Amino acid sequence: MRIGIPGLGAAGERPGLLWWLLVALALIALMILPSRLNIAQQFNISIIFILALLALSMSFLWGYAGILSFGQTAFFGLGGYGFAVLALNLGETTFSLFAAILLAMLFAAIFGYFMIYGRISDIYLSVMTLVITLIFEKAIKSTSGEQYVIGKVRLNGQNGIPTVPSIKIPWHTAKELGIDGVFYLSAALLVLVYVGLRLLLTTPFGRVLVGIRENTRRIELLGYDSRRYKLAAFIISGGIAALSGVLFAVWNNFVAPEMFGLKRAAEVIVWVIVGGKSTLVGPIVGTAIVQMLKTNLGSQAVGEWLPLILGVVLMLVVLAFRDGLLPGIGGGIAWLCRRVRGGAT
Amino acid sequence: MSGAPVLQTVGLEKRFGGVHAIAGVDFTLAEGELRCLIGPNGAGKSTFFKMLTGQITPTAGRIVFAGTDITHAATHEIGRLGIGIKNQVPDVFDGLPVRENLWLAARRGNAIAATRQIVAELMERLQLTDIAHRSVGELAHGQRQWVEIGMVLARRPKLVLLDEPSAGMSLEETNRTAALIREVNKTTTIIVVEHDMQFIRQIATKVTVFHQGQILVEDAFERIMTNPAVRDVYLGRQAAA
Repeated sequence: MRIGIPGLGAAGERPGLLWWLLVALALIALMILPSRLNIAQQFNISIIFILALLALSMSFLWGYAGILSFGQTAFFGLGGYGFAVLALNLGETTFSLFAAILLAMLFAAIFGYFMIYGRISDIYLSVMTLVITLIFEKAIKSTSGEQYVIGKVRLNGQNGIPTVPSIKIPWHTAKELGIDGVFYLSAALLVLVYVGLRLLLTTPFGRVLVGIRENTRRIELLGYDSRRYKLAAFIISGGIAALSGVLFAVWNNFVAPEMFGLKRAAEVIVWVIVGGKSTLVGPIVGTAIVQMLKTNLGSQAVGEWLPLILGVVLMLVVLAFRDGLLPGIGGGIAWLCRRVRGGAT
Repeated sequence: MSGAPVLQTVGLEKRFGGVHAIAGVDFTLAEGELRCLIGPNGAGKSTFFKMLTGQITPTAGRIVFAGTDITHAATHEIGRLGIGIKNQVPDVFDGLPVRENLWLAARRGNAIAATRQIVAELMERLQLTDIAHRSVGELAHGQRQWVEIGMVLARRPKLVLLDEPSAGMSLEETNRTAALIREVNKTTTIIVVEHDMQFIRQIATKVTVFHQGQILVEDAFERIMTNPAVRDVYLGRQAAA
């Protein structure tokens, strides 16, 4: 069964009233929340929202279109670096934000075109995406020299680019978003992207994507050009990863080559697997759990043991819930409901 | 029944390494025909079907469908031109409900309203209404075949290819399938690959026998049944030796 918690993740069907209510409730809660939190908490929770967008970009592609891209961090990093370079050159942030995302999507279009229209197999696509993000990391790391300048911004190699500007409010450019502002912005964008993807999956386009995941050959026999759909999904997902990257740069006021790195790329997969790739809520929850675990364990002085502990958590989740936490829990609830109903008749 | 050829292959060949899976097939199918392909395992029937639908590219030769050369056309282009196929192994969307399977098939090239209409008609006709919301992967083999046949018909194809449509079906289901094929044949040209002679007896007018990648003989069903060459091929060498 690939259907997630009823109303929360099933593809094809239009979301019901309950779903809209839950979304509205979540949105209200997120808007009220910052007034109850201190600055440090706001800061730590914002990054969960931002990284959850990266997780969503992967789970949309993997869980719904069946394409495992190991290198969503390529677009994450491009978004971050694109924004940093543009904003520092132009001294404004709204255009830079959109331009950075478009830039990453353009790259996704070109890179994706060659992979998908070249009909390389799924496993090679995973490898290629991983390789491309590692190439970016290496390339950026080797730009320490003074000659590596874009406009008036030095790329700084492995030291990264500091002083990335905060987002200026478009209609009031003298004012910059503070920590609470970034919280609101990333929370709102996360909800927006989640709702957008959920609705996208109910459109004919989204339904064909799910068909491609289920059986690409059949989709083609039916007369659909699966490559067009896959490429479109790849570009959309690249855009979401880039948005995550821009917000990350803004949150941190800093970008560094590690945004492209293997560690981050692997983390995304862990979030998605822990939460469950066949739902859209799952990866958000997965990101939250893993990030909170990391933050808390990090302050408990487990230090170098952290990756090991996360690895054990991943293994336990995979063993206990084959499809991830949320689908597992959803399946459990459905099973209980059947038992209760079965017992009553 | 007969008219202009809707499908023609000329010198069609497929080599896999040194193996000639299809070794020069000249095949002609008139519009409105219901043709059966038979032959022992490995005779090249499924390979032939896969070449007709772009799933395998021929090594040599030509395929012309309704006046268009489709020898090197992509699978989805052939699908759009109007060839529908039920593959030997059910090729369905296992994780999706029956209704969604048919919807995806009917949707391509049709507006939403027309799609809904086609899906509703097919569910009625194939008696799938009761299982509309069940995942196809949970269904019995015979039911999955019906879903797949439904997906083929939803495209309103000019030519239907059915690779072992009665495999895994009960006797009653087989009879229903034979009746369905005869009914579909009133408006559509059909080729059926089958092993079940009882089933072929119910539907066939003309039979083509494949053997070692070539056409052995092509004739009416009754004459095929009494053809000594066909008998040899099916019963094995000892009868011929």
